[in-house]
Amino acid sequence: MSPKLKMTSIDLNFYYGDFQALHNVNLQFQERQVTALIGPSGCGKSTYLRCLNRMNDLIPISRVQGTIMLDDEDIYAPSLDVVMLRRRVGMVFQKPNPFPKSIFENTAYGLRVNGVTDKAFMQHRVEESLKRAALWEEVKDRLDDTALGLSGGQQQRLCIARALAVEPEVLLMDEPASALDPIATQKIEDLIHELKELYTIIIVTHSMQQAARVSDMTAFFYMGKLIEVGETDTVFTRPKLKQTEDYITGRFG
Amino acid sequence: MGKNDMDITKDQYVEEKPRVLKSAPKHRKISVIQQAFEARHRRRKLVEQLLFAFFRAAAVINGLALVIIVFFMLKNGISAISWEFLTEVPRDSMTRGGILPCIVGTILLGLGAIVIALPVGVASAIYLNEYAKPGPVLRAIRLGINNLAGVPSVVFGLFGLAFFVIWLKMGVSLAAGCLTLAALSLPVIIGSTEEALKSVPDTYREASLGLGATKWQTIYRVVLPASLPGILTGAILGLSRAAGETAPIMFTAAVFYTPDLPGSIFDEIMALPYHIYVLATAGTHIEETRHLQYGTALVLIALVLGMNMVAILWRSRLRRKLK
Repeated sequence: MSPKLKMTSIDLNFYYGDFQALHNVNLQFQERQVTALIGPSGCGKSTYLRCLNRMNDLIPISRVQGTIMLDDEDIYAPSLDVVMLRRRVGMVFQKPNPFPKSIFENTAYGLRVNGVTDKAFMQHRVEESLKRAALWEEVKDRLDDTALGLSGGQQQRLCIARALAVEPEVLLMDEPASALDPIATQKIEDLIHELKELYTIIIVTHSMQQAARVSDMTAFFYMGKLIEVGETDTVFTRPKLKQTEDYITGRFG
Repeated sequence: MGKNDMDITKDQYVEEKPRVLKSAPKHRKISVIQQAFEARHRRRKLVEQLLFAFFRAAAVINGLALVIIVFFMLKNGISAISWEFLTEVPRDSMTRGGILPCIVGTILLGLGAIVIALPVGVASAIYLNEYAKPGPVLRAIRLGINNLAGVPSVVFGLFGLAFFVIWLKMGVSLAAGCLTLAALSLPVIIGSTEEALKSVPDTYREASLGLGATKWQTIYRVVLPASLPGILTGAILGLSRAAGETAPIMFTAAVFYTPDLPGSIFDEIMALPYHIYVLATAGTHIEETRHLQYGTALVLIALVLGMNMVAILWRSRLRRKLK
């Protein structure tokens, strides 16, 4: 079975006002794989991630040149409905950000805004999503409690469940474990291993160890340019470019 | 600073300084420097305690002001309060009877003003904070709203007279009064609503949009519920202002005397603040009605504080739900 391309960016350039944050990034993401984006602070990896679901549109001075394809659609085409895009390409943020609502309502939020009213269906989806996020056992007896009472790790898994509930095709994760302790981080990483059976995952991470543990492909960014991309094992053991090697061995960044 | 063997003199201090720098510190030299710090520390503590006492006194005076006002009104007006006072219409040139029409009028004015101003104010604040793009148009709108807050209430009254009463032909009426008071309350409500909206973290908005919600859904389902306590604060402030204002209603709604309770929004009304003014200055038997005047003031204060209390309790219930 030939691997299908789920998303690709073609000659992507991105500007914050006059500052060019991304230079001609050409990157492809295969279906149901985990790709890690690594690079030093400020290299543009989070900016790139946020282009994939057009979250950067929220920034008034931002400008995009180039194309990003989801399956065979250009997501920057004027005819494309951004709201629909964001349901298909979900996002988990660096700092867990559950709504000040109950655990159930948090998970069901995406369903409600997308028009679901059937109670039975919602209950089913909520349970399924919480199970997929490995949170169900811990919260099944207190679904009506406020989400803000959960620990950091639990909150982040709730955010993952919330994102999964709307059945996205791609899951973008922006340093999802950086605000968490090592045990919670471990749980998130295990989760990613399970999730990649069903979803295409693109994860930005500061930790190279995490990238090595979790991803199939790794892309190294520096100063807004894509320096090298390849299978994780190869990138970490036999990087093609010296710059990549320097970063991985900690010589800079 | 009194005489104390912990104090150091300037000679001691100056003399010791060079030796501290050159050789290893001996116990006696360190304690001289430390003595210097000790003495100053005590003065610093004293200054802080004096200042705190001053701040505390200022806060207490603030709290006392309300107590003093209420006390004064009680002392002079409690004699007027009775069931009859609260439930009957004025009789005998207002020397007898009650102030029921005033109570009804004030309540209707306050509620009417809020019913108009709250939706308009909240909608404006939502537009300004969530939708408007920065630029000259936005700046102009903000300038207008800020200046509106500074317009004297009597000017609002004249505006209401010219626009609602005469131009729109509403006549002196409850409707005209409510509209004028709504205009008065608008800047307060817009201001506090905007503050409340701003205090909702952007991370909530991002999370919502990231799930495929529209901007309006985000506002309606996440931002507004989270900012409800702040919006209520604005409503409380607006309501209190509206209920207690005299100048805007003098020309637009309130009259010296009307025998009936209002039957429609186009009827004239009596109102508590205006009634106080009337009894104090224009009544025909001023001396006899003096205690009624204070009694009316007492009722007005009770009403306003009562409305405040209800809203504050409601707001803290909402706050607890969000925690």
